[in-house]
Amino acid sequence: MTTLGWLVLGLPFAAAVVGFLLPQTATRSAQVLTVSATGVATVLSIIVATGAPVAGKPGVTLAPFGTLTVHAGLRLDGLATIVAVAVCVVALLVQFYSIAYLAGDDAYPRYAAQVSLFTAAMLDVVLAADLIQLLVGWEVMGICSYLLIGHYRDLPEARPAAVKAFLVTRVGDVGFLLGVLVLGVGIGSFDIGTVIAHAGSMPSGTLVTACLLLLLGVAGKSAQFPLHTWLPDAMAGPTPISALIHAATMVAAGIYVVARLYPVFRLHTVALAVLGVVAAITMLLGALAALGQDDLKRVLAWSTVSQIAYMSGALAVGAPVAATFHLLTHAAFKALLFLAAGCVLNATGEVLMSSMGGLRRRLPITFWTMTCGLAALVGLPPTSGFFSKDAVLGGAWEAARGHGGGPAWVGWLVGVAGLLTVGLTAAYATRLWLRTFFGPAHEPAAAHETGHAHGPGHVHGPWVVREPCWIMTVPLIVLAVPTVLLGFAGLRSSWLPARLDAPGVAVHPTLGIALVSLALSAGGIAWVVLAWRRAPGTDPVPALPVLTRAFYLDDVQDAVIVRPYRLLARIVSAADAGLVDGAVEGSGAGAGMLSRRLSRLQTGNVQFYATGVLAAAVLLAVAAVLL
Amino acid sequence: MTAQDVVFGLLGVIALGSALLVVTTRNVVRAALWLVVTFGAVAGCYLVLTAELVAWVQVLIYIGAIVVLLLFGVMLTRAPIGPTDQVDSGNRRVAVLVGLATAAMLVTLVLQAFHSTYVTLDQPGTASLLGAAVFRSWVLPLEVLSVLLLTALVGAITLTRPTVGTAGSR
Amino acid sequence: MHLALPVVLAALLFSIGVYGVLARRNAVLVLMAIELMLNAVNINLVAFDVWLRDTLHAGQSLTLFVIALAAAEVGIGLAIVLQVYRLRATVAIDDLDQLAEPSPEERR
Repeated sequence: MTTLGWLVLGLPFAAAVVGFLLPQTATRSAQVLTVSATGVATVLSIIVATGAPVAGKPGVTLAPFGTLTVHAGLRLDGLATIVAVAVCVVALLVQFYSIAYLAGDDAYPRYAAQVSLFTAAMLDVVLAADLIQLLVGWEVMGICSYLLIGHYRDLPEARPAAVKAFLVTRVGDVGFLLGVLVLGVGIGSFDIGTVIAHAGSMPSGTLVTACLLLLLGVAGKSAQFPLHTWLPDAMAGPTPISALIHAATMVAAGIYVVARLYPVFRLHTVALAVLGVVAAITMLLGALAALGQDDLKRVLAWSTVSQIAYMSGALAVGAPVAATFHLLTHAAFKALLFLAAGCVLNATGEVLMSSMGGLRRRLPITFWTMTCGLAALVGLPPTSGFFSKDAVLGGAWEAARGHGGGPAWVGWLVGVAGLLTVGLTAAYATRLWLRTFFGPAHEPAAAHETGHAHGPGHVHGPWVVREPCWIMTVPLIVLAVPTVLLGFAGLRSSWLPARLDAPGVAVHPTLGIALVSLALSAGGIAWVVLAWRRAPGTDPVPALPVLTRAFYLDDVQDAVIVRPYRLLARIVSAADAGLVDGAVEGSGAGAGMLSRRLSRLQTGNVQFYATGVLAAAVLLAVAAVLL
Repeated sequence: MTAQDVVFGLLGVIALGSALLVVTTRNVVRAALWLVVTFGAVAGCYLVLTAELVAWVQVLIYIGAIVVLLLFGVMLTRAPIGPTDQVDSGNRRVAVLVGLATAAMLVTLVLQAFHSTYVTLDQPGTASLLGAAVFRSWVLPLEVLSVLLLTALVGAITLTRPTVGTAGSR
Repeated sequence: MHLALPVVLAALLFSIGVYGVLARRNAVLVLMAIELMLNAVNINLVAFDVWLRDTLHAGQSLTLFVIALAAAEVGIGLAIVLQVYRLRATVAIDDLDQLAEPSPEERR
């Protein structure tokens, strides 16, 4: 079982290495290589998930640092294996989808290798038994995200978006690294099992500090307030990447780590309370911002921010099973939504919803699968989103009544924010649905070449809006299945919950919560539909700048952090040129000047020389006598 | 304070005085002539110290040859006859300092070392005595010296030859 | 006889010679001052020979050698001075500075 686990990790990694070595024209080989490697890894991960859990004894010793040792091993318990299956499935579908989406891209092997490397890194985070090993995967994911966001070299906003994503997550990663180190040094080992077992022996101040530092990393990677600003801009990357990295896997990695180390977080409730506050703010922030966006992918990006906040809210109120359940369902429906958005982009060549409309007849498969995805997002029964969102809200309600792990006010906060967000989610999802698929169809601007940036899989010539090829629509259908049906897997405590190491906790909806949330969803839907009826074809929600600019948080970040750093960088570089280089050049100039001064001693006058010699001789004689 | 001390002291004063005049006079020829006086006084000092041969050799060679040579040099380099202002270089002040320092250091050293040493002048350094010493113990340096004199002679002639190698100058 | 007398005389004569070497402008005058220094050394040698009275009579013998050497040295020295006079038409020490380090203007 452990061997299979290593293969699950190793096959995408090997495919990445080979892919990087392939010449840039070997598109077909790259496609075959990466899809097959990911496919085999998927099969193996399913086998591992159905097998017995492996507790993960410390594996290979990687680096002994005196009293601390870094091991490399696999921890194949239920949580890890289920999430690994989800990661593999989504990665496989994305790789498959990319064959058509990026057909004609001249850097395909590099792209496929980077996606494969990313998959391997995410699997490393999921399956790692050692915190440092997890950290390695964490960092590699960051690099792959940067490379993949910046994939479109000619797109002017791609490179700054990639840099922004990297830098913002880097801020979080510093905290994450420090948290890992504090934990490891405090406990004396980086092995996850040991950390969980002995966390109680650490002084509470240190433990809370470590947890808060880890949460900083979680906030960065999972795009929670205040480190969320990179995710909407990251939509400049190819849509399959948005589906893989920024919906299903990397942004869920932070949630996964907290779930992984949950017993550690549980010990002192301060960290979880902070997480709860952050979650509440982010939920509302994401939903409100999604209401104000015109770009289809940006709506989905803000939606991701909001939904991840649901997961972190669930963790904050002491319901890790609910959080993991929502993670899985979100992976399914958000990947579906992004891939469907990719189909829409590919078909129309447009990104802005104001240029779309009436696509339901032209893109039937896309329409129906996207409807399923949006229904899951809103949380309509019987889709999986209904069950998982209800589980989150139920957990919040339990905590508010005092039965949960943390303080009750956190439960109230998350619960109220969650319910409000339900309504807002319904609103923006409906808005997206209506604007894209209903109303008058706008003629795709065949006059201007939108070119490769949004869907290069089209045929040259007069633009025809039609369903993309089967390679792009089959993944949609495949993902629609768990989107609709996954919720039922939680009904029996022996099914999914047992797999998530929480036997005896069945995830079934609570009647009261379900009714309230359905009512709020209906309200949100109704509001938007009525506004649409009044003015079909236009934006049902008034375009407020504060929403479109997401409460100007980007500008705040720019003013508070980016500008001072740029100033500091200018100062440092000026100091380097002036002081450091100046010192070096100055020493050369100084030596020259000194030599010119000293060369004046060579007067050519014999008496001058003789005077020097005799005077020195006298001085030396006197000194010899005196000293 | 014996008679020899007194005589030696007087001769020393003469020597020092004329030496001072050698280095300070503004007349180049007069400098050479004061040099003669100095050499004479020093020869007198040798006599008081009972170094007879050395005294006569001093007179013979220093006054007889070297001063003559120096006067020839004065003449051949067209040094100004009569007093002139151009006789000291710009180094003068530093030279005074160095001279005074040297004097102070040496005199202090010497007085500290020999303030209570007395010599008896009983055995005169006669020609026979010194000649025996030179031709017995110092014969090798003597021969080397003679070769050196030959070298000096040849060297001086070579240096002062007219330009070498061009046609018609031999 | 007090040994200090000849030795002090030698010291003072030497210092006067030092002053002369460093202060005089004409090269021949410098040679004269060098002769003063050599005389001082000779007085020292003789005085110590009289004091120590060794069997080799090293002091007075060496004095004879020094006198001969001084003669040779003056000969060569004057030959050089004459050659310099022929080439430069001057024997002033101040004007003989061709071996000086050239100043930046002269370097260009």
